[in-house]
Amino acid sequence: MWQFTHILKKELKDYFISPIAYIVISIFLIITGWFFFSTFFLYDQANMRGFFSLLPIIFSFVIPAITMRLFAEEFNIGSYEILQTMPVTFSDIIFGKFAAGFVMTGAMLLPTLAYPVSIAFIGDLDWGPVIGGYLGALLLGGTFSAIGVFASALTHNQIIAFILGAAICFVLTLVDKMLFFFPESILNIIEYLGADFHFRNVARGIIDSRDLIYFISVIFISLYSTYLALLKKE
Amino acid sequence: MIHVENLTKYYDSFCAVDQINIEINKGEILGLLGPNGAGKTTTLKMLTGYFKPSTGTIHVNDYNIEDHPLEIKQMIGYLPESSPFYKDMLVYDYLEYVSKIKGITPSDRHPRLRYLADLCGLSHIMHKAIGELSKGLNQRVGLAHAMMSDPEILILDEPTQGLDPNQIVEIRHIIKKIGQEKTVIFSTHILSEAEATCDRIIIINRGKIVADGNTADLKQSADQKTTIQLSLLNAETESVQNALSAIEGIDNVEPISRTDDGILKVKAYSSSPVDLRENIYKTIKSTDWVIIEFLQEAKTLETIFRDLTRQIN
Repeated sequence: MWQFTHILKKELKDYFISPIAYIVISIFLIITGWFFFSTFFLYDQANMRGFFSLLPIIFSFVIPAITMRLFAEEFNIGSYEILQTMPVTFSDIIFGKFAAGFVMTGAMLLPTLAYPVSIAFIGDLDWGPVIGGYLGALLLGGTFSAIGVFASALTHNQIIAFILGAAICFVLTLVDKMLFFFPESILNIIEYLGADFHFRNVARGIIDSRDLIYFISVIFISLYSTYLALLKKE
Repeated sequence: MIHVENLTKYYDSFCAVDQINIEINKGEILGLLGPNGAGKTTTLKMLTGYFKPSTGTIHVNDYNIEDHPLEIKQMIGYLPESSPFYKDMLVYDYLEYVSKIKGITPSDRHPRLRYLADLCGLSHIMHKAIGELSKGLNQRVGLAHAMMSDPEILILDEPTQGLDPNQIVEIRHIIKKIGQEKTVIFSTHILSEAEATCDRIIIINRGKIVADGNTADLKQSADQKTTIQLSLLNAETESVQNALSAIEGIDNVEPISRTDDGILKVKAYSSSPVDLRENIYKTIKSTDWVIIEFLQEAKTLETIFRDLTRQIN
């Protein structure tokens, strides 16, 4: 039952032993920090709206970079065979790897908590949207991690896994900004598919079950597709 | 203990393993022999549950591999070909990770790791990254990995590949030691290795079993043909053929080569159980040929292997 935690721990150790984790976290912090604070003082408003509006776009290429190695590397060096012949189920493997990607996303977000804390010092910060924003960021991070895991399970090549994962995440992020290309009759459906649309709802501090269901179902579909991809390997 | 029935595996339209039936008993050391691409690795991969058979069934201790893959995986220790491990991990970290997955309790973990490190000669490299190890050391890590949970069945895919002669002897020694209590199945294309370590040998060619039995039986069951090789000086091919063919029991004499310095090499084949060497010697003695070489080829596993795997080709 708890077999996946061993895989999770091993993956996290891998991230933090090698330079990947530090590089990705640094890049993420530099990009978000720069884009957020370059306009923050101009607006002269004590909120984090700028930060959270950037997040989906940045996530959609940073998270696939984290998850790209999870399966692709195992396939490439052949260690997947060893993993699969040990007493673990597919769900242990998939869930362990997904959880590792998700925890890494959390680790990446952790240092950004310094932003609301420092803003609270210089202005009157409304904590509601901040908490909502972080909750949304975790949901979005989980969703993109699941998509990244799926992309990684499709190929031996980490670069292909990254491009594939980033492409899917970008489409989900940007699709609700392209609504004018679509006929009016399916507008609602397309809008509902957009990850950014649901993220904005949660980030506003409104926890609606429709948004939760969206994130959970995308995670479920991605992980189930990963399972199907692995099954094909047999 | 292991019961394999009509096991077949297709890769697209290519049939890698064709209707194999094997019954493996507890405590047996079984060597799987065959030329490259014969289906050895595929068979082993199906036994470990990594590949799904196209048709056929595998039972281990009354467990069916399709319904109880976890129970079977728990019973099997597997060393894949060329031991592909995580390159960045330290040997210690890796083996600890394996011990956790294989469900070894924290109190047993350290003694077990220490025991395996001693058994496989890993003590001095426990804190090196796996990617830095030589092939032989990598292989030993693989062996430690396979034996982690003290499994009932050990499946080793070419375990001595890439090792130096000393290490090969060591590994054979380990395999024999384990084989006293456990079932060991390993594949190899080194025949002397199989002969030295196995109780029983299965030869596979083109996905089919062409021989199954212990080494002695195999040698006996193979054709009773004896081959005698002769190198003669001062001899003409035709007269040698005539003279030797006249000996009772010799079926056929084949010239092999003639060197510049006049040495004629011939092979005489016989299927009679009688030792013909005396008669051949007497025949040659009555002529003025000079014997340079006189060799009766013993029926080794190698000749049997070549016969069996060539016949079908």
